[in-house]
Amino acid sequence: MSSGIQLRHRLDAFQLDAAFEFGNSPGVSALFGPSGAGKSTIINAIAGLIAPEFGRIVINGETLLDTERGLSVPARARRIGVVFQDTRLFPHLDVQGNLLYGSRRAPVKSDASRTAAVVGLLGLEGLLNRRPRTLSGGERSRVALGRALLMNPRALLLDEPLAALDAARKAEILPYLERLVHETQIPMLYVSHSLDEVARLADRMIVIDKGRVIAEGSVFDLSARLDLVAGSPLLPGVILQAKIAAHDEAHALTELELAGESVVVPRIAKAIGETVRIRIDAPDVMLALSRPEGVSANNILPVLVTAIEQTGPNADVQLALKEARLVARITRRSLERLALKPGTAVFAVIKSVTVGGREHL
Amino acid sequence: MAGFLSEAEWVALTLSLKVALAAVLCGLPFAFFCALLLARRDFRGKTLVDGVIHLPLVLPPVALGYLLLISLGTRAPLGAFLLQNFGIRFVFSWTGAALASAILTFPFQVRAIRLSLEAQDPGLAQAAETLGAGPLDRLTSLYLPLALPGILAGVVTAFAACLGEFGAIITFVSNIPGETRTIPLAIYTAIQTPGGEAAAARLAALSILLALAGLVLADVVARRVRAQIGQ
Repeated sequence: MSSGIQLRHRLDAFQLDAAFEFGNSPGVSALFGPSGAGKSTIINAIAGLIAPEFGRIVINGETLLDTERGLSVPARARRIGVVFQDTRLFPHLDVQGNLLYGSRRAPVKSDASRTAAVVGLLGLEGLLNRRPRTLSGGERSRVALGRALLMNPRALLLDEPLAALDAARKAEILPYLERLVHETQIPMLYVSHSLDEVARLADRMIVIDKGRVIAEGSVFDLSARLDLVAGSPLLPGVILQAKIAAHDEAHALTELELAGESVVVPRIAKAIGETVRIRIDAPDVMLALSRPEGVSANNILPVLVTAIEQTGPNADVQLALKEARLVARITRRSLERLALKPGTAVFAVIKSVTVGGREHL
Repeated sequence: MAGFLSEAEWVALTLSLKVALAAVLCGLPFAFFCALLLARRDFRGKTLVDGVIHLPLVLPPVALGYLLLISLGTRAPLGAFLLQNFGIRFVFSWTGAALASAILTFPFQVRAIRLSLEAQDPGLAQAAETLGAGPLDRLTSLYLPLALPGILAGVVTAFAACLGEFGAIITFVSNIPGETRTIPLAIYTAIQTPGGEAAAARLAALSILLALAGLVLADVVARRVRAQIGQ
């Protein structure tokens, strides 16, 4: 492994034993898992804030930790930007002072034009002389992001940067994060509980549970894996990549092309031919044995059942639409009534409004 | 003021202020260091160090004065060494009064600074570390400015306590007009002198005024500083 993370650490009864790819290429890797799975321990170990019993951390070919060789670069020299959940802005400095704190100490300082670019990217122009105490939660998060960016980090670790914000503040800051992801070339590790944030920001996903990596791969593949979504407290839903095929301006709808089929969703402000990500939540997918007639749903897709996972009252059914995968969550009673088995051909019925409903994913 | 006070009382007042100022300012760096040690480090014997620092709070000042006299007197080994090599003499000098006051009020400074250091979110230090700040850098860019209200509180409390110091001073450096006779010693002398009651009353009133002014000033300054550092 040229770049990557290997960590073993024991903390009281908790045992972390995780290895995954990170830091080789730009883009966002989501570190995904329930509370107490060890996400923060991983972040702290990569940042150098805790010393694991065993570890190897290589970011972009640069070895930051190798316990076997007795090598450990101290936190202050690692150049790993961290955006903490509680922002940790310095209360005695104004926004400008906070933003430049890391840059002033960095081997590669941010010059005026780079600083102005980050300030513009995060919409901080009007806040520079304010104290953190006087900022709103969303503004604080943006300052914390800017502070970490301006130190010119090798990699950026975001430890649930939105968890402390309410839904409105999250909606306010997500577009900034999206722009950040598109406009910087820094590998980012994004800790989150929320499939919504992962769907919007991440390319890869590392799923951890009880201190172990249970899956690692692209968000498209992992979001459709039943063993990960079944019985998980996370809202199951697949993340898909589709192409804009047409706009229906009269009805404010957009027609997408997904594995050769047409999927109608609420208007997405992107040009025809561009790719977009959509998220289809499993409870929003209905199954029918024959093509339903006279229903309001716009999207009726012919699919094949590929796998079934039952937990409690639920049956999660994985469906194949050519190479694309969907998941439907139905009751076990419906599963028996329809006598679904792997290989059964069914129709997946998806209401358009449930697809675009969440922030136009 | 000069009309209200006699020449000797005026001398006692300025001497008191000089002794207190010297005591507080010389003690402050050590107090900050000790507070930092107690707030941020765990080490063997921490309880003992904590106890020694707080000892002056419970030790009779006269006992401290006596200990200083037998260790720093000109015929004591340490006192003789300081006098011969550095020309420093504490006994019968105002510097001795300042030294005794500094030791006695040291716990006030350490306590106030330690509390403000312990109140700081350790997450801020971690953030500073990831942003490239080493230990000394964090000290000057983070711990020190955030501890400023505590440092000021400690300085003012210690200063006020210095103005009231009596037992250690009179034992260690005696009661010499113009050199070691601070306000409390002047009050004591006035009471011992026939017809000195009026002078004692004036000096006592002066003590009250000084204490009140100190407390008000401390409050105003602390509020300003808190607003300045955004707390």
